[in-house]
Amino acid sequence: MANQKVLEMKNITKTFPGVKALDRVNFSLEKGEVHALLGENGAGKSTLMKVLNGIHERDEGEIFVKGEPVKFQNTKEAQNAGLAIIHQELELIPYLNVAENIFLGREERNGVFINYKKLYQKTEEVLDLLGVDIDPKAKIKDLNIGSQQMVEIAKAVSQNADILVMDEPTSSLTNQEIEILFELIERLKEQEIAIVYISHRLEEVFEICDRVTVLRDGQFVGEVKTSETDEDELIKMMVGRTIEDRFPKMKFNPGEEILRIENLSVPEEIENASFSLKKGEILGIAGLMGSGRTELAKAIFGVFKEKTGQIFYRGDQLKINSPADAIDNGIYYLSEDRKEEGLILGLSVADNISISVLKTILNANTFIDAAAEKDLAEKYIKDLNIKTPSEKQLVKNLSGGNQQKVVISKLLSTKPEVVIFDEPTRGIDVGAKREIYNLMQDLIDEGVAVILISSELPEVLNLSNRILVMHEKEIMGELDAAEADQEAIMKLATGRRSQ
Amino acid sequence: MNNLSSIKDKSFLEILNRFKTGIGLLALVIVLSFMSPYFLTVPNLLNVVRQVSIIAIISFGMTMVILTGGIDLSVGSMLAFAGAISAGMIVNTGLNVYLAILIGLAAGTALGLFNGLAVAKAKLPAFIVTLAMMTVARGFTLIYTNGRPISGFDETFRFFGAGYIGAIPVPVIIMFLLLIVIYILLKKTPLGRYIYAIGGNEKATKLSGINTDKIKIAVYALNGFLAAVSGIILTSRLNSAQPMAGEGYELDAIAAVVLGGTSLSGGSGTVIGTIVGALIIAVLNNGLNLLNVSSFYQLVAKGGVILLAVFLDRKSQQQ
Repeated sequence: MANQKVLEMKNITKTFPGVKALDRVNFSLEKGEVHALLGENGAGKSTLMKVLNGIHERDEGEIFVKGEPVKFQNTKEAQNAGLAIIHQELELIPYLNVAENIFLGREERNGVFINYKKLYQKTEEVLDLLGVDIDPKAKIKDLNIGSQQMVEIAKAVSQNADILVMDEPTSSLTNQEIEILFELIERLKEQEIAIVYISHRLEEVFEICDRVTVLRDGQFVGEVKTSETDEDELIKMMVGRTIEDRFPKMKFNPGEEILRIENLSVPEEIENASFSLKKGEILGIAGLMGSGRTELAKAIFGVFKEKTGQIFYRGDQLKINSPADAIDNGIYYLSEDRKEEGLILGLSVADNISISVLKTILNANTFIDAAAEKDLAEKYIKDLNIKTPSEKQLVKNLSGGNQQKVVISKLLSTKPEVVIFDEPTRGIDVGAKREIYNLMQDLIDEGVAVILISSELPEVLNLSNRILVMHEKEIMGELDAAEADQEAIMKLATGRRSQ
Repeated sequence: MNNLSSIKDKSFLEILNRFKTGIGLLALVIVLSFMSPYFLTVPNLLNVVRQVSIIAIISFGMTMVILTGGIDLSVGSMLAFAGAISAGMIVNTGLNVYLAILIGLAAGTALGLFNGLAVAKAKLPAFIVTLAMMTVARGFTLIYTNGRPISGFDETFRFFGAGYIGAIPVPVIIMFLLLIVIYILLKKTPLGRYIYAIGGNEKATKLSGINTDKIKIAVYALNGFLAAVSGIILTSRLNSAQPMAGEGYELDAIAAVVLGGTSLSGGSGTVIGTIVGALIIAVLNNGLNLLNVSSFYQLVAKGGVILLAVFLDRKSQQQ
């Protein structure tokens, strides 16, 4: 591989009103390399990429693509120069099929009609080149997220992109899908396509990236070869201080049983789940995406109308027919999808924090006590260190980590006795993750029972005392977290019961 | 991401932005007072607010429905039905006026309740449910009245539409009372907060332990109630319950809500904005009447103003 620079960004500065989002940042990308762009939320990764493809205009600095100085005015120009960005939120049309999506706007035609024969043929060619096994005639809505992402990548490749930016591509993929994605990335490298890889997951960076550029607070911290660094050094570069361990040493204090599930089934979602949960413990639930972890949690939380089996709570059988029932009884579920199921983005921080307990802060039993609501919000803003100008700020203006803290505040305000965290640290930065881990320790210290669902195996292993592993809607087995390792979990998660 | 130095200009722009509908109304009033000497007189202005009261009351309900992310096309028909029921109870059955009014209000509320149940429980799209109700309630009205107006009321009933307290027309007083009640409901009560929350993110609201179905049913029922209030005022004012009363009012109400800055996708907007929106439409109509502009042209002007206002609103939100 010759050291050919396909992209070079020099001294990029971008100022938004009141904040220097980028301050003389450098970034370079060589032909056929995978280059990780690392940094906490708000470090400037997205802004840098938006400056690159013309969504933001830079204040200072130069950009060279294949040696040519460029200044793209919009994404179309960037695309024409061979640059494609695969966003976290995919931009495909659900009711069109794979081929129609890949060649949208560039269809092969016979006069006014689309030449479908040729369209499918060309789609096959692109998919073959990438070694992807997807039916060109499948509708996008019928594909899982992993396959949809492949289609998005195929679309970029079909447009002759030779610089791909992948923004958190694995954030919603299962481990299997991630493996397929990594194979695909290897093939892209063989095609001499250069990739900018934005991710929070350090393991991935070490698995597939050649070099790493780290940003912090809009500044360039450094560029290192992956082969010459380790996780600790990268974390230090990202947060600007050493974090001794990624995970705190948890102290569990299992007490009496608070929740027992017996033969819980939900048609097409959960089969015969049984387990018990004690006060002061963290029960991890591992499993591949689609294995039924979230559905199990939602079944307990009263989301599904049709279900069989029993839930025993503090020794007595409890009927939970709605989230309201669950919350009234002290059970709270934190959704994995904070934007769709956690927050009301257009309302303020205070409105979001107080929504589950509004009825307890009324004047004359009718009107919301504004002062009490403000106090409540301010308490959690302080306790959880939520970075917001005030409690009146709209939630949509906060960063991911702070948004997550708002959802957690909402949950804490109800003083729950059982908390189910579903992917509580997805897409948030190292510092905020650590704060959430510490908060879980506080909860179990107070005797709260915690269930932790996570796709990150190290997280489940380090934070729980027991681990349930799910596979295809069933609980496959239980592991003692102190003795288990990733391999043991994966065995059960892929359906091999024997140890 | 605060900018201390620009906070001052920013808040000025924000204030300007917040009151832009009000500023628009003010501008319209100023222009019209120069163009017609009669416009800025007490009798004319009282006339405008009395005219606006009927549309305004249904648009308060419409505001709540739209805030939840829904729509109600049946308000005009519910209005006619409630008016006809009350009128029929008085004229044909000889019932006590107040009892007749209560029955009319209950009838409107019941139709709204049905809308709410169909939307919340049967999970049918609000557009379809209320489109059907628009036809059905109109059909009920025609059946009940036999297609003929009902008229001949005493002074007690006439008071609600044609009476005055001091110099102020009664419909205007009812409108202001309802405005205050609904403003407080939306701003200060849990129900109001949940209405905004459902429009912002219904799933998250439900997962926060709120019975979202109950809230939606309440909103549609309340909307039916407010349509009935309008229907009774209209019947009283015209001294007759017309079977085709209120036709097309749903569109005027939606226009007032949208002009007032409420987002059609739900979650943001205010009832104060809606009253200003309703006033803009009414002032425009009144002004054009005074200027002897043909009603054909008035329709064009009204549509143009709605389009322009929403366009400017979009523009300002993008910035």
